[in-house]
Amino acid sequence: MSLLAQLLVNGLVAGGIYALVAVGYTMVYGVLKFINFAHGELVMLGAFVTYTLAVPMGLGLLPAFLLAVPLVAFVGVVIERAAYRPLRRASRLAPLITAIGVSILLQSLAILLWGPEIRSFSIAPAKGMEFFGATVTPVQILIVLTSIALMGLLHLLVERTKMGKAMRATADSLETASVVGIDTDRVIAWVFALGSALACVAGVLIAMEENMEPTMGTLIGIKAFTAAVVGGIGNIKGAMVGGFLIGIVENIGIWKLPAGYKDAIAFVILLGVLLFRPTGLFGEKLEEEVRQ
Amino acid sequence: MAYVTNILVMACIYGVLAMSLNLTVGLTGLLNLGHAAFFAIGAYTSALLALAGVPFYASLAAGALAAGAAGYLIGIPTLKLRGDYLAIATLGFAEITRVVLKNWTPVTGGPMGLPGIPRASLLGFRLQTPEAFLALSLAILLLTYLVLQRLVASPFGRVLRGIRDDELAVLALGKETMAFKLRALALGSLLAGMAGALFAHYITFIHPSSFTIGEGILILCMVVLGGMGSNLGAMLGAFILVALPESLRLLGLPWAVAGPLRQLFFGLILVVLMVRRPSGLLGGD
Repeated sequence: MSLLAQLLVNGLVAGGIYALVAVGYTMVYGVLKFINFAHGELVMLGAFVTYTLAVPMGLGLLPAFLLAVPLVAFVGVVIERAAYRPLRRASRLAPLITAIGVSILLQSLAILLWGPEIRSFSIAPAKGMEFFGATVTPVQILIVLTSIALMGLLHLLVERTKMGKAMRATADSLETASVVGIDTDRVIAWVFALGSALACVAGVLIAMEENMEPTMGTLIGIKAFTAAVVGGIGNIKGAMVGGFLIGIVENIGIWKLPAGYKDAIAFVILLGVLLFRPTGLFGEKLEEEVRQ
Repeated sequence: MAYVTNILVMACIYGVLAMSLNLTVGLTGLLNLGHAAFFAIGAYTSALLALAGVPFYASLAAGALAAGAAGYLIGIPTLKLRGDYLAIATLGFAEITRVVLKNWTPVTGGPMGLPGIPRASLLGFRLQTPEAFLALSLAILLLTYLVLQRLVASPFGRVLRGIRDDELAVLALGKETMAFKLRALALGSLLAGMAGALFAHYITFIHPSSFTIGEGILILCMVVLGGMGSNLGAMLGAFILVALPESLRLLGLPWAVAGPLRQLFFGLILVVLMVRRPSGLLGGD
């Protein structure tokens, strides 16, 4: 039983991270209707920027993290400005292919800057606590709490503030929003800034729990994207639920399956959801779909 | 000389791959990110058959057919999805294929792969030298080009281009777009499988890390660079991107720098071309 409890804890921790990344995908999809393949790389960038500020520059983890978040948010805004905005009226394929390009670009840049090796913050391992036979470390508690707190804040921002209202309007219809005087370019920039900031937080949390390497963004990105689709892409609440769901299912899955298949579980779920319920758990109907 | 021959053989194999991907991405507008999987299925099928003693031409055909069948089967559920979802679904398929190849050790040899694949032999001649294999690869490249050119100009090709530009309109004209998309994907996969079989018999040793998602994206780079929709462009893109890393090697950069630099360049190609010149080098239409 303790193994199941441990897998459940591991699933919650992974899920908290997936949820943070998944909202980035879902918010961008909400306003621009395309998959930002490069989003996973911002997770990696968050971890490495924080690492550089904290360890070689000796700022300490917390100040480094507080500096890294706006920096990565800024990178996200620059990417949108330089690579995606010129393509807003281009064919559907163009932004997707560009996003793949940005992703490779950031990843190889990171390898050139930081080297391909695996790094960590080398935090002294803290003593874990026992819950129902599962060991939980303080970092794991921090991950789950941070994730839930930030999700709550994001929810308030989107539902209660003026910018949140503008975001929802832009997601409903970019044209209509701009007609009624909403500065949609500014709204989109904010969406990228927020999504990238959350990705940065996720990256730092992953690096604290495990370690970091320049290629870490790909797999995290795909799993978080799966979470966004499971929850219904474009739906922020869905991304949160989907994140925790994927984390838990993936970890419970290796209870019965060889561990080598762990990373394929998310893909199988993704294909299953796409085939049987492409709108996800909370998604609305997609209007532009060409039906047979 | 053997060095140049080797580059040319690889350029031919990637030329076939790029043209096969161009059929789905460039011509039909279906963003297929899982092309490496069909390449892998062709390579592994033909390698396993060849290791069991099946002659080259039969294992080549079987590899192509297996990949084509896989493309058809994957297409039935996924082609109903819209552009972005199709991209992700094919990406997922490629990753699952790679994970299975890596873990299904009794059949695929797991991470160690399949060594000792017999070299190609045709009509009683064993293609032992790289030059002989180059002649075969060139012949297959040329044949693929001619067949695809013919296909682009045919009414079938016209419907595919129609689907790319406006699927709803083609549907309104009474064309079963789903059936056309399915055939385009199956044919593209079949050609990729053929390239995979060729690759397996040339390299004689295949393993899962030759067929990563990155490989699929490299092929996409070739298509985008050459110009989406143009077969000649796809071939040109393949030749440039196969030759380019070699020229980086001539600069004498250490591999730890040259590898990521090459990737950086691929990323730049995709972004800059899409933003500045979406039609690539030779794409006109």
